[in-house]
Amino acid sequence: MIDPNVIKKDFPIFQVKIHDKPVIYLDNAATVQRPASVINSIKEFYETSNANVARTVHTLGEKATKAYEDARKKVADFIGALPEEIIFTRNATEAINLVANCLSGELKPGDEILTTVMEHHSNIVPWQLATKKVGAAVKYADILPDGTLHKELMWHMMNNRTKLVTFTHVSNVLGTINPVKDIIKAANEFGALTLIDAAQSVPHMPINVKELDCDFLVFSGHKMLGPTGIGVLYGKKEILEQMPPFLAGGEMIREVTLEKTTYNDLPHKFEAGTPNIAGAVALGAAVDYLKGIGMDNVRKHEQELTEYALSRLKEIPQLEIYGPTDVEIRGGVVSFNIKGVHPHDVAQILDSEGIAIRSGHACAMPLMKKLGVESVCRASFYIYNTKDDVDALVKGLLKVKAVMKI
Amino acid sequence: MSLEMYSEVILDHFKNPRNFGNLDNASAHAKDLNPACGDVVEMFLRIEGSKITEVKFDGQGCAISQASASLLTERVREMEIERAAKIPNEEAAEMIGVQLSPMRLKCALLPFKVLKLAVLNYLGKNHGT
Repeated sequence: MIDPNVIKKDFPIFQVKIHDKPVIYLDNAATVQRPASVINSIKEFYETSNANVARTVHTLGEKATKAYEDARKKVADFIGALPEEIIFTRNATEAINLVANCLSGELKPGDEILTTVMEHHSNIVPWQLATKKVGAAVKYADILPDGTLHKELMWHMMNNRTKLVTFTHVSNVLGTINPVKDIIKAANEFGALTLIDAAQSVPHMPINVKELDCDFLVFSGHKMLGPTGIGVLYGKKEILEQMPPFLAGGEMIREVTLEKTTYNDLPHKFEAGTPNIAGAVALGAAVDYLKGIGMDNVRKHEQELTEYALSRLKEIPQLEIYGPTDVEIRGGVVSFNIKGVHPHDVAQILDSEGIAIRSGHACAMPLMKKLGVESVCRASFYIYNTKDDVDALVKGLLKVKAVMKI
Repeated sequence: MSLEMYSEVILDHFKNPRNFGNLDNASAHAKDLNPACGDVVEMFLRIEGSKITEVKFDGQGCAISQASASLLTERVREMEIERAAKIPNEEAAEMIGVQLSPMRLKCALLPFKVLKLAVLNYLGKNHGT
């Protein structure tokens, strides 16, 4: 088991006081905090190894290239992929857009992309754009009242026109952990490609892409202790090889003449221009940190904390809590509403106690509509959160009731 | 940030909004939302001559946005439309009567923006005919 109080010491941000109170950070589904080792890795890279990658023979260029490619290896190893199957992007959003753009040329009128109503906007809008161009359609599998996926309905919606099934591994609002393997198996029966939005799962639980057998999997560095501006697209090698390139420019080419261009090998074919080298290096440092803790331990810790939070939040009768009650199928995300108080006011009053939560539609407006609300309050946990943090949240919510006089 | 923004006045207007609802055959109407948080405000105006004679609002959102809308409806009745279209932000902030962070000031200003939109819609329409 991990000790979050010990882990907390590795994170400089927890020295910061908010309104003279220690910060209690419960907005981890939006972005997490970074340990000193990750922050220092950026400084160290710029101070000792900085140069452009893959184009130079000088020593610094070789150092930078090695650091960048070592980071790729670390990320690949972290999710059970080959290094050439790891494409560095800006974030999960860009990774999804990459796939949507590259596959849109393959789509024909009448083709279908199947997703779910619990997606983040980043796994809805790129598909709306990609299908609109060619007269294909996006279909949305519904959820059940308990916040889990309506599996039977989703199976029923798959057919020979389904070209891609794309879905979130863990809902950023409900916390629901979707049955990834079952969905992928079903999609494969119709010959559909599969994409997993793993932005809320790779940082929180062990993931092996070969075990899942997905075609694509995307995640963001900044939700897993890494810096902002670096994300990952995993794609099966044979599929990436067949895909047309995404952005065009330097680095992604083999040979350019004024008449035509041949493309570089994987993964460089999809990494046009100078990449976020320091960002990748720091993501590598983040992977090192997480491996040091062990992803099984991360998951166990969050599961325990979520169970505790769900039981304590139930003490407040005015609270409506969304998502599954079984923590076996729920990540460390708890969304709720207090009757008669808007989430923004909840967040504002909690902030006066140094507590940071998310308030709003959480980039999932279709899901909000499904839940019959405009917005939610969301507390989400990570490795440095403690039961004391949950207690502080409950105390803070009682203050919300007092201030708002309900 | 102090919690003085949740004053008696704000909470009263949030929980018991004045002039809440729709207006049949309104002379002017506008609706807008704050995409960052989903606050929605809709305004209905009755305009006679150059004056606002009746005003109602509909909406959903945080205490600040909804109380601000309620307070605003009390202020603009009998106001010249030319003036309603030009209420400066400073005056709007003053009307709310509490200190707000830049983020929450946006909540407070949404009803003012909608009021101005409604008046401009009205002026544009009448100018055109």
